[in-house]
Amino acid sequence: MSEKKEYKVIGTRPIRHDGVDKVTGRAIYGADFQITGLLHGRVLRSPHAHARIVSIDTSHAEAYPGVKGVVTAQDLPAAEDKMADLGEGAVNLKYLCDNILASDKVLYKGHAIAAVAATSPHIAEEACELIDVEYELLPPVLEVREAMEPDAPILHENLTTSSLGDEDDKPTNIASHLQHKKGDIEKGFDEADVVIERGFVTGTVHQGYIEPHNATAHYNQDGQLTVWCSTQGAFTVREQLAEILQYPVSKIKVVPLEIGGGFGGKINVYIKPVAALLAKKTGKPVKVLMNRADVFEGTGPTPASYITIKMGAKKDGKITAAQTSLAFEAGAYPGSPVGAGAMCVFAPYNIENVLIDGYDVVVNKPKSAPYRAPGATNAAFGTETVVDELAEELNIDPLELRLMNGAKEGDRRPDGPVYPRIGFIETLEAAKEHPHYTSANGKKYHGRGIASGFWFNIGLESSVTINVNPDGTINLVEGSTDIGGTRASIAMQAAEVLGIPAESVNPTVVDTNSIGYTAVTGGSRTTYATGYAAYEAAQDVVKQMKARAAKLWEVDEDNVQFADGEFSSINGKEEQMSFRDLSGKLSQTGGPVVGRATMDPAGAGGAFATHVVDVEVDVETGKVEILRYTATQDAGKAIHPSYVEGQIQGGVVQGIGWALNEEYIYNAEGEMTNASFLDYRMPTCLDLPMIDAVIVEVPNPGHPYGVRGVGEVPIVPPPAAIANAIYDAIGIRMTELPMSPDRLLKAMGKI
Amino acid sequence: MARKSHVQTTINDETVEFLCEPRQSLLEVLRDELHLTGAKEGCNNGNCGACSVILDGRLVNSCLVLGVETDGKSMETIEGLADPDKLHPIQDAFLENAALQCGICTPGFIMSAKALLDNNPNPTEHEVRYWLAGNLCRCTGYDKIVRAVLDAAEAT
Repeated sequence: MSEKKEYKVIGTRPIRHDGVDKVTGRAIYGADFQITGLLHGRVLRSPHAHARIVSIDTSHAEAYPGVKGVVTAQDLPAAEDKMADLGEGAVNLKYLCDNILASDKVLYKGHAIAAVAATSPHIAEEACELIDVEYELLPPVLEVREAMEPDAPILHENLTTSSLGDEDDKPTNIASHLQHKKGDIEKGFDEADVVIERGFVTGTVHQGYIEPHNATAHYNQDGQLTVWCSTQGAFTVREQLAEILQYPVSKIKVVPLEIGGGFGGKINVYIKPVAALLAKKTGKPVKVLMNRADVFEGTGPTPASYITIKMGAKKDGKITAAQTSLAFEAGAYPGSPVGAGAMCVFAPYNIENVLIDGYDVVVNKPKSAPYRAPGATNAAFGTETVVDELAEELNIDPLELRLMNGAKEGDRRPDGPVYPRIGFIETLEAAKEHPHYTSANGKKYHGRGIASGFWFNIGLESSVTINVNPDGTINLVEGSTDIGGTRASIAMQAAEVLGIPAESVNPTVVDTNSIGYTAVTGGSRTTYATGYAAYEAAQDVVKQMKARAAKLWEVDEDNVQFADGEFSSINGKEEQMSFRDLSGKLSQTGGPVVGRATMDPAGAGGAFATHVVDVEVDVETGKVEILRYTATQDAGKAIHPSYVEGQIQGGVVQGIGWALNEEYIYNAEGEMTNASFLDYRMPTCLDLPMIDAVIVEVPNPGHPYGVRGVGEVPIVPPPAAIANAIYDAIGIRMTELPMSPDRLLKAMGKI
Repeated sequence: MARKSHVQTTINDETVEFLCEPRQSLLEVLRDELHLTGAKEGCNNGNCGACSVILDGRLVNSCLVLGVETDGKSMETIEGLADPDKLHPIQDAFLENAALQCGICTPGFIMSAKALLDNNPNPTEHEVRYWLAGNLCRCTGYDKIVRAVLDAAEAT
C-alpha cells in the first residue's frame, strides 16, 4: 500500500520525552504556576443570555477587605469597530474585546463583565458578588433557524449580511453567506435515478478538555508584560493580547506551560487579557483560573447546526449531484467554522455537480471556537447518512458505493483544490478487508454502520533551532505546544536525519522571546509543519558539520558525505567519523553548531478516515451500546505509531460522545442547565470497548517523510457511522444529535 | 476570613503540618498550601477524578474532602509513588503503552489504578473499566489506559 522506506527512528515507539514528568506529577501546567506576591483573580459573569448593561457599580467590591483591584470593560483601551489581523484571519476588534469584558450588552449567560483581584481566590469570589450590575433584559434567540427569521431578536444592531461579496444594509443575525458551485446542479439531479433529501440537526457540544483555562500575568516596572498560561499557541496569545490591550508585541512575553487538552478550544483568549488588566491595576502578578461551569458557559463550544443534504445517483451507483445548505451557530459573535464545513461536506466524493451554501449565524450562546476538524463532523453527519440511504435504495453495499465514488488524485474538490496523492480509497479497502467488516452481524437489535470523513489539514509557520551538544546529543528548541506527544514526533524527525536515537534529542517548548514565530498547535499541523522544520534544521546541522569534517580532514566540503549517522570522505582520502565523535570536536573546528529552520509549508496532505461500528440498541430504554469500533485512517507516514493510534482512538471517542450523549441543554431563558461534567455527559471508559485503530500509509508528497496530519479527521465519521448502525439495528433514521435515549425512544414512538 | 486550623497529617510517609481555613478542600491545601500540584483540578465537584488521592487506603477525590478532615490521617499522592531511582510499575506501564496525551488526567488515573491494584491485583478488563469510570480522559479514548493498567497488573 505504501512505498516502503527504511527508517531507523521514524515508525518506532520510543518513550515520549516529557513522559516521566507527566506520570510523576512534576510537569507544570498553567494552573500549577507559582510566583512571589501572587494575587488571585475571579471573573463576574452575566446571569442573563441577552441584556443591555445599564450600569455597573464596583464600589462595594473595591472596599471589601483583601480586594486589590477591580476591572471592567472601561479598563480596556477603546476598541474601534475595525478589523484586526491575527495571523489566522481578520477579526473585528470590537467583537474580540467585547467577548473579553462586555461593554454595552451581554450576549450569553456566562459573558464576562468584570473581574476582581484579591489576596485569595475565595475573597475574589465573594467580592464578585458585591458588584452591582443593572440590566435591561432582552429576549434571547438560541437556535440557528430561529435566529435567521426576519423578526428574530437582533444581537448586533450594526451587523449586516455579507453575501457572496455584497453587503446587505439591514441589521440581521446572518453574518455571512458563502457558496461553492461545481458543474450544473439541475442537470445532475435530472440524471439521477434516486434522489434523497434530508434535514439534520446537531447540538452544541464542548471540546471538554479536562484542564480549565488559566492565566498568570505580571507587568514589570519597565512595562514588560509576561503571561504564563496553557495555550495551543503562545504567539497567537501574544497577538491577541497586543490587539486587545493595544500594547506592542515587543513588550509581551507569553510563556506556554504544559496544557491539559485543547482540541481547538485553547486558541481564543478569554481570561488572559483580564489577568493582564488586573496585574496592571494592582502592580502585582495575578492568576485567574476558570472553574468548570465557567468553561462550559464562557468558552467556545462548537456550533449547533441545521444542515440539509440532497444527493442523487444513477442505478449503477454513480453519484451525479450533491447539494447542501449549512447553517451554523457562530455563538455571540460571527465566526463559526461553516467555511471549513463547506470545504469538507462532499470532499470524499468525486461528484460532477455540486452546490454548497453556508451561513454564519449569531445566537445567544458563547462565541464558538474550533473543535477538532471544526465544521466537518456536523457536515459529515448529513452527507454520510444520505450516502448510506442512497446505498440502500440502490441495493449496493455502502462501502462499495463509497469505493465507486471515492475521490482520487487529480479529482477536484467542490470548493476548488485538485487533490494530490490522497488515501481515501485505501482507507475503504482497509476497512473492507478488516475482520470486523467481514464478521457476522445479524443479531436482533444489533446493527453495523460505516461512514467516512475528510479533513484538509494545514501548514502555517513553524520555527526550530537545534543546538549540538559535545556528547552527540542535540537540544531541539521549538514553539509548538505539546498536547499529545509532539515533542516526540518532532524530535524523531530530527533524529532520523542525524542518525541518532530519539533519546539523544532533548526537545523543549519555549516562550515567545526564545524562538521564531510558530503558529498554533491546531489544524493537525504540528507533526507535519514543525516536524518539517525540525527536519530542515537537522539538515542545516548536517551541512554545517560537513564543513567541520572537511576542515578536520583538509578536504573540500563537497567531498564529505553523511549517511546513517556517519560523516565520510569521498574522492580520495579515506576518512570516517560518527555524528557523535564530530560533535565532540566542534570547539576545535570553529565553535558551536546551531541549526535553524523556519517553514510555512504549502503541502499539507488531506486526511481521510473510514469507520466501522457495531451497536446494540436497548429498545426498552433507548440506550445505544458501542459493541465494536474500527477506524482506518491515512496517516501518510506514522512517525510514532502509538501516538497516531492515540489520536485516532481519542477522536473516535469524542465523536461517540457527540453522537450519543453530549449537548448543551438550554431552558427558555437561554441558561445552560447542564454546565458540569455530571450533567454534560462525556464518555467514560465503562461506556466503551477497545477502539481498533488501523493506520494506512499513503505518503504525503508535501513532506519529506510523507506525514499527513492525523489529529482531527478521526472525530468526523463517528456520529454518521453510529446513526447508520442504529438504522441497521432498528430501521429508524436518526437525523438529530445527540442520539440520546430520549430521542431514540421518541423516534421509536415509545414516548 | 475564618480562623485557620492546625492540621497534622501524613503524606507519602512524611509527617506534614499545615494551617488551613475550614472551607479549603484537601485539593486546595495540597496545591496552594503544600505545593503538591500533581493532583489537578478539572471540575472541583467530584466528577472528573483528576484530583484523586488515596486517603487511609481509600481512593477519594481530594476536591470533595476538606483539608481539616485529614487531621491524623495518612495519604498517598502521585508525588510519592515512584522510588527515587525507579518509577512505579503503573507509571512505567503508562509510558510503555503511550497511555497519556496531554497528561492532565494522568496523575488521577495512576492513583485510581494504584487503588484498584491494591484491592484487586488481577482485574479483568471490565473490572478495570468499572474502577476507572470515575476518571475522565478526553484525549486517549481510554484504550491505551486500560491496556496500561492490565499490563501493570501483570507486572506486579
